[in-house]
Amino acid sequence: MQWTTKTFLTKTKRGNVLKIVREHYLRDDLLCGSAVCNICPHKDDEIVLDNKPESICKLFDFEHYLVLDTNVVLHQIDVLEENALKNIIILQTVLEEVKHQNTAIFQRLLEIVGNKNRKFYSFVNEHHKDTYVERNPHEKQNDRNDRAIRRAASWYASHLLLSKSDFDGKIPQIILLTDDENNRKIAQKEGIVCCTVKEYVENITGFAGLVDKLSKNVIPETCSKDALYPAHLTPSQIHSGIRGGKLYQGTFHASRDNFLEGTAVVSSFDKPILLQGHSGINRAIDGDIVAIEILPKEEWRKPSDIVLEDKADDPGDTLEEEALLNTKVDSEDEITPTGKVVGIIRRKWRQYCGILLPSKFPGATRHLFTPAEKRIPRVRIETRQSDILISQRILVALDSWPRNSRYPLGHFVRSLGPIGDKDAENEVILLEHDVPHARFSEAVLACLPPDDFKIPEEEIKKRVDLRSICICSVDPPGCTDIDDALHARPLPGLSPDGLKTYEVGVHIADVTYFVRPNTALDKEAAARSTTVYLVDRRIDMVPGLLSSNLCSLRGGEERLAFSCVWVVDENANVLSTKFHKSVIKSSSAMTYEEAQIAIDDSTRNDEIASSLRTLNSLAKKLKQKRLDNGALLLASPEIRFQVDSETHDPIEVQAKKIMDTNSMVEEFMLLANVSVAERVATDYPRCALLRRHPSPQPHSFDTFLKAARQQGFELDVSTNKSFSKSLNEAVIPDRPFFNTLLRIMATRCMQQAVYFPSGSRTQEEFYHYGLACPIYTHFTSPIRRYADVIVHRLLAASIGADVSHASLLDTKAADALCDNLNYRHRQAQYAGRASVALNTHILFKNREEIESAVVLAVKRNALQVLIPKYGLEGPIYLPSDKFRYNEEEHVQICGDVILRTFDELTVRLTLDSSNLQHRKLVFQLVKPSIPGVSYIADEQVEKMEIEEIDKKENEKKRKESTGGKNKKKKSKK
Amino acid sequence: MPGPDLLSSQGLRLDGRRPNELRRIRCKLGVFTQPDGSAYLEQGNTKVLAAVYGPHQASKSKSSSEGVVVNCQYSMATFSTGERKNRPRGDRKSQEMSMHLRQALTAAIKTEMYPRSQIDIYVEVLQADGGAYCASVNASTLALIDAGIPLKAYVCSCSASMAYKDGVPEPLLDVGHVEEAAGGVTLTVASLPSTGSIALLELSHRLHSDYFETVLSRAMQGCRDIEIILDKAVREHLAEGWTKQDVITI
Repeated sequence: MQWTTKTFLTKTKRGNVLKIVREHYLRDDLLCGSAVCNICPHKDDEIVLDNKPESICKLFDFEHYLVLDTNVVLHQIDVLEENALKNIIILQTVLEEVKHQNTAIFQRLLEIVGNKNRKFYSFVNEHHKDTYVERNPHEKQNDRNDRAIRRAASWYASHLLLSKSDFDGKIPQIILLTDDENNRKIAQKEGIVCCTVKEYVENITGFAGLVDKLSKNVIPETCSKDALYPAHLTPSQIHSGIRGGKLYQGTFHASRDNFLEGTAVVSSFDKPILLQGHSGINRAIDGDIVAIEILPKEEWRKPSDIVLEDKADDPGDTLEEEALLNTKVDSEDEITPTGKVVGIIRRKWRQYCGILLPSKFPGATRHLFTPAEKRIPRVRIETRQSDILISQRILVALDSWPRNSRYPLGHFVRSLGPIGDKDAENEVILLEHDVPHARFSEAVLACLPPDDFKIPEEEIKKRVDLRSICICSVDPPGCTDIDDALHARPLPGLSPDGLKTYEVGVHIADVTYFVRPNTALDKEAAARSTTVYLVDRRIDMVPGLLSSNLCSLRGGEERLAFSCVWVVDENANVLSTKFHKSVIKSSSAMTYEEAQIAIDDSTRNDEIASSLRTLNSLAKKLKQKRLDNGALLLASPEIRFQVDSETHDPIEVQAKKIMDTNSMVEEFMLLANVSVAERVATDYPRCALLRRHPSPQPHSFDTFLKAARQQGFELDVSTNKSFSKSLNEAVIPDRPFFNTLLRIMATRCMQQAVYFPSGSRTQEEFYHYGLACPIYTHFTSPIRRYADVIVHRLLAASIGADVSHASLLDTKAADALCDNLNYRHRQAQYAGRASVALNTHILFKNREEIESAVVLAVKRNALQVLIPKYGLEGPIYLPSDKFRYNEEEHVQICGDVILRTFDELTVRLTLDSSNLQHRKLVFQLVKPSIPGVSYIADEQVEKMEIEEIDKKENEKKRKESTGGKNKKKKSKK
Repeated sequence: MPGPDLLSSQGLRLDGRRPNELRRIRCKLGVFTQPDGSAYLEQGNTKVLAAVYGPHQASKSKSSSEGVVVNCQYSMATFSTGERKNRPRGDRKSQEMSMHLRQALTAAIKTEMYPRSQIDIYVEVLQADGGAYCASVNASTLALIDAGIPLKAYVCSCSASMAYKDGVPEPLLDVGHVEEAAGGVTLTVASLPSTGSIALLELSHRLHSDYFETVLSRAMQGCRDIEIILDKAVREHLAEGWTKQDVITI
């Protein structure tokens, strides 16, 4: 082994120049990975490259391996991901440069290299004694890397030639793919065969769609020919500008309503910086981190309140007039700091879903693509398959946005399916919300137990045997992932106070028995973090065998469980708590309704019914205690679709029914979560995974309180207890929905509950505002939440039922885990809502309805209304010539009609399908009728009678969680 | 969860070593004439000088009738790190290092042979690139041998750390500065490989007990490897020194 040093200079944080000397070992035991080679001592599984790599490119009719340049990987990763190119050598120089420049692409590259079938060999040229090149004095790093790549390419060629002596076939040649002209010239001089990617891919036979995936060549920023946009500053200019205080760094957020407007949040300004017009935004795309220059004060504007959409047709590479944006500034306090983007610090591009715009010229290859997300501009792509793609939802990746192009350039990645197709639309929802939903990989499935898994005897011996106890589960109808079951039975003794005592147990599916730490299955579950519920589909966190079979506590089957057993007295005071792993046999898996019937049916006196009655009465006492402590009953509009069994299209919506049994299960889950939280937080003061719900900011209630005052209610939001009390008192007898509405609005004023590791907060901050309990965690749904899996492991280690492992106790890892959990949960919630919206749209296809609605908020030009029956929300636009907006009171006035928040209206609902991408529901005012504004139908009178609101329908299911909506209600917290 | 990538997917470390490989060790005995014994040792880019004086009569206050008093002084040269700092002797870190050195070396020296006397060992780190303690112990051993002080066995020191390759834990032998700075745990062990006993064991951070055994056994393996290298160096030195002395004395 040879030894050398690498020397380079860096700057420290203080600005001192440091000379750094690192060791660098050059080895002679690195393998070339080719089956042709008989020099390197390969073992069988170390050979990656074929001995007869077939050429699929017309340009080169001999067998060859490909060597790629860094830029080829960075720009053409979509081409590489296609299962077309094989026998490729990825040099370490390239890997490292890619890793340095773009971690997302690096991950994708690793994925390809890891796939044995693709035959990508990563060669460690930097540590090979014959391919290492030292950087020459004054040589740029890039030039050195290019030289290293060339050296490796020529080494490969000669190395394979050396093996020729006793190999009787053709020796594969080496072809270097690079788009750098300079590099190509030098390579040719050195005798290396090279080629541009474009030429190579265009001459490939047999893979039709491959050309579409080619990324466009990047035109350098300095080229100013036909430039439409001002040039971006170079990174070093941006760096010095930000340090000098002339420029600011911020994340760009495009406006949803106006494509020529956006904002950026900069820490040194209170208000977000306004960015307007093509040159102001200067090719920034939503999410990018940009460098901003603030304009002089006299050019500051206020955000325009108009809605502006990009023109439907393709205007070519010109920019239109932007006069529309120049809104007059009425008063001083409305203007916001205005700036312009002068450079991009980091692009945050992902792949976007959308549709192709029909092209004016048939057969053209250049097309415009409209993303589904309104904040993203249109993208120009090149494709030869436009006739097929025009009716499909497609996925497009962005490549670049040169100065002379009106739109960013991108390329087609893949098709998701026909527009309007249920699966394609679901796919769009999942992709846009970054929900990992690919099928489980082989490695993950390999971690599963066999289908006919039986609980081993020795495992049963280790656990507490509860098979003889009458345990039952209560869930919504159709639930296949049952992760909790309950039991209760009277105990012979009396409590110290002379009260009757009961043993109550909550049994949670023991997922961690199957999901062992650091396995592929565990990693996949951690990445997914949660099961995502769409209206007609469920994206599991763990494979189906576990989620709906082995871990699901089905009736009559023996299952492994993690039990939490309390002794409680008849007033529901907990006398003792114990946790243990157990094996159970659920006597019955019931729905909420069945359980309710069993409780109510006084003729039933079997074990199940009596245990349910005990549970129910204890749950009521627990709930009362919680409410007395100041727990809030919150609400959010929630509906459930009745789905056609064949087409899976929604045919009707129902309000979810709520029964005592819902809250019965919920109370015990809460109790279990709290008990577990206390235990793990004591045992792991630094790394226990807990859940907190921060108290809301006082000013976030301002608008809400004002609106409530207009209806005649003063609410006290100083503490959750007083708030809960005043909410209970705010009842209008003839408007039963009013109170629910108040609770819906209150929920929206609050912050989200989040996961956090116990070491990152002080004890006071553990408080869960919504539940009014000092400490809380998630323990009860390990099948569908990864947080619960971690809590299970912590608890198991704490009671000695399982070993702890290092990453469980690593605080840094816990932080990262919580960030991911919170992100995934939020995305899962949004995806769920998007799915509801999609199904409502399908429901309203060819249908119009007149429904009662309530006003949620009064805006300058519109009313935000909610239809309780469907849980739908939307705007009713009010013409400004008829209505006068009172800013002080937040009311809209037209003649003698005053519209306030919480007012009841009647509206007409239709679906506007004129824009396929953004189909939207249109709300029109019916009552109170205002001439020229309200919708008047001929048979209006009749209709009004039919549509008399069913009051019961409005009794929305109440939920306390601020966490989110899932299909399973009970363990919401 | 895996920390920074200390191991590439090909199983190589940042500097091109495999997990079970030591850095390059070069050493020389008898580099000075003034002290009774001296040695120079390079472990990669970590370079250490050690000088031994004694055994000589101990000062009254220190002297012990039980055995020899081992006095160590560890110091780092001003120019030993990238950022030059004036390092006064006797700062906390040096004192701690001196104590640790003393512990390891006392374990190897046959102290009972020299009651009421003292051995002084001076260690100067010329260049620090991780594992300065290990290099110091190894250099001191050589210097002690050069001084002709009877030892029970070679005392060798080596460090080991943890990395993850595709999620599988893999201990790394002989940790360099870059790997140390990456924030992982470093286990340093000084042992007498031929007897298998451990003279000193230190952990820089918390390490999960599941991994302790594997990391320790890797570090012990490193100590055994180092012993072979040191032994070879001693033999070569003696072979060549014998001939020289031959010429002079006879």
